[in-house]
Amino acid sequence: MILKRFLKPAARKSFITYAMLIAAFIAVEIMISTGSASNMFKGLLIPFCVYSIAAASLNLTVGVLGELSLGQAGFMCIGAYSSAIFSVVTKDTITSAWVRFPIAILIGGCFAALFGVLIGIPVLRLRGDYLAIVTLAFGEIIKNVFAALYVGYDSSGLHFSLTSQGDLGLAPDGKMLINGALGISGTPKDSTFEIGFIVLMLSLIILYNFVNSRTGRIVMSIRDNRIAAESIGINITKYKLITFGLTAFLGGVAGSLFSHNLASLQASKFDYNLSILVLVFVVLGGIGNIRGSVIAAIVLTYLPEVLRSINNYRMLIYSIVLIVMMIFTSNAKIRGFFAASLSRLKGLVFKKDSAVKEGE
Amino acid sequence: MAFLDNLINGISLGSIYAVIALGYTLVYGIAKMLNFAHGDVIMVGGYVIFTAMTSMHLNGYLSVLIAILCCTILGIVIEKIAYKPLRQATSLAVLITAIGVSYFLQNMALLIFGEKPVTFTSVVNIPKISLFDGQIVIKSEAVASIIISVLIVIFLSLFINKTKSGRAMLAVSEDKDAARLMGINVNKTISLTFAIGSGLAAVAGALLCSTYPVLSNTTGAMPGIKAFVAAVFGGIGSIPGAMIGGLLIGVIEILGRAYISPQLADAIVFAVLIVVLMVKPTGILGKKVNEKV
Repeated sequence: MILKRFLKPAARKSFITYAMLIAAFIAVEIMISTGSASNMFKGLLIPFCVYSIAAASLNLTVGVLGELSLGQAGFMCIGAYSSAIFSVVTKDTITSAWVRFPIAILIGGCFAALFGVLIGIPVLRLRGDYLAIVTLAFGEIIKNVFAALYVGYDSSGLHFSLTSQGDLGLAPDGKMLINGALGISGTPKDSTFEIGFIVLMLSLIILYNFVNSRTGRIVMSIRDNRIAAESIGINITKYKLITFGLTAFLGGVAGSLFSHNLASLQASKFDYNLSILVLVFVVLGGIGNIRGSVIAAIVLTYLPEVLRSINNYRMLIYSIVLIVMMIFTSNAKIRGFFAASLSRLKGLVFKKDSAVKEGE
Repeated sequence: MAFLDNLINGISLGSIYAVIALGYTLVYGIAKMLNFAHGDVIMVGGYVIFTAMTSMHLNGYLSVLIAILCCTILGIVIEKIAYKPLRQATSLAVLITAIGVSYFLQNMALLIFGEKPVTFTSVVNIPKISLFDGQIVIKSEAVASIIISVLIVIFLSLFINKTKSGRAMLAVSEDKDAARLMGINVNKTISLTFAIGSGLAAVAGALLCSTYPVLSNTTGAMPGIKAFVAAVFGGIGSIPGAMIGGLLIGVIEILGRAYISPQLADAIVFAVLIVVLMVKPTGILGKKVNEKV
């Protein structure tokens, strides 16, 4: 194949992902234009993009850096709110969604990245389960603060309050932006599947290039042996922060897409269950495998919706699938059994000596 | 006097957190896993008591005993089916499995008991205490929570430090392989830990639902997480640490709710955890583990 000859394995991997997604995009566009896509499916297209970006970017921290983060929902929350505020404020001045929305996405991403770095400086000293619980704590703090936040704006600028609407001291011409637990409403519905797809592709390009860059290899060396990496002079904190910041940035981007898909948005949507959901996508898709995260995010977002007819049982089935999958993929004995039977199967299908090679 | 009232409420809630945190700390100390399903065992315990009291018209204390028995068995079964095959797996794989178990319990409860929260009848019927001519009234649930949690801490410390099985638990948490070489049955010890932890969760369920008498399938989730925070706060693996952590978290939560902001109470709890971990990464009473190169 031409691809095989001209591209390095890493680049080939990313190109397969891009090609796969472009093919899927074209297929979906054809389905929509011929009218064979159901409303349910059309409604899921933007969530597909949102969760794919969130999962692929979390995979950077979990898979490439090797640290467990349960705070992705918090960064999505920051991205969702900051971009939505921007869009609501500039709705009347910038009328073109094609100009306004990219700026909003960038703002959402940058705010999330800023918080990611700010949180990362103290937090990334911790490791393992402690880091997991602290990132979970930060996610919950962000959710709770946004749920208690009141923001309004009038001619003199933005007003903030953490107690009540009355405390804002808005001028009579003022307008509420965030109404505490009721969240933010009136966000223009700028998210379309086309924009979502472009953002997803851009995110994946960023992620793949990051992983295959010098920085990415340094980050992987920290994952594989932190002490060895440190002893050859790598600044661990710096690279951890870069990775964490990029994860937060793309999480914020995903959040921006999310908020511009809904007419009203409450902070309670971004609880730790969302973080866990995204982590499940990452783990089931394969840790460190970006394409796997995207596929898992799409399949596992679609599956519960398809199973709506057996509504009461679908989450039960989901949980059983989760447990069984984890046992089957992580238990050494079961995995060995499958690997052995797979190589035996290969031996039956292909020539015998290839099976021997597999066994070695 | 309002401050004292709040303080007592905080200590009462903190005692409940302490009981949950003890279960967390035991399991984490031995299995080195974040048992996300621990909070949901509390919910199961609550529902068992509820069923025993409403449909079987049993006495409250008997219902609690039944719940302890059920949760103990449930804990052992969960460990055998879901966690045991993953002994050698990465901590992430075990974490996801625990999340799966948590979802399973929540959705099972949803199927059986429905979405609507049920009203829980308190199982505690000891008299309440009034001090200063009735200016301060300590609710009977608060009295029960505090006394029970203190008793549990004392008995658990004695059990772990004085009995053979308790010392086996200590040995396994220190070094699994060395413990095995010394003739300790590691699998049995881990099962025992899960059994004790889940039994404690049932007690916590009884206290929690008696104090806050609304029971739904997600009742256990948030207290579970906060109790884990309490365990980390006090130093994971330490029994007195879990007690101190639980009490502090309970008091901070109630005082924060009363004096700062009701919406931000949880955020304050988590912020305090982060500050503590920044200053002392192993928690208040945690041991420092040196890393070998």
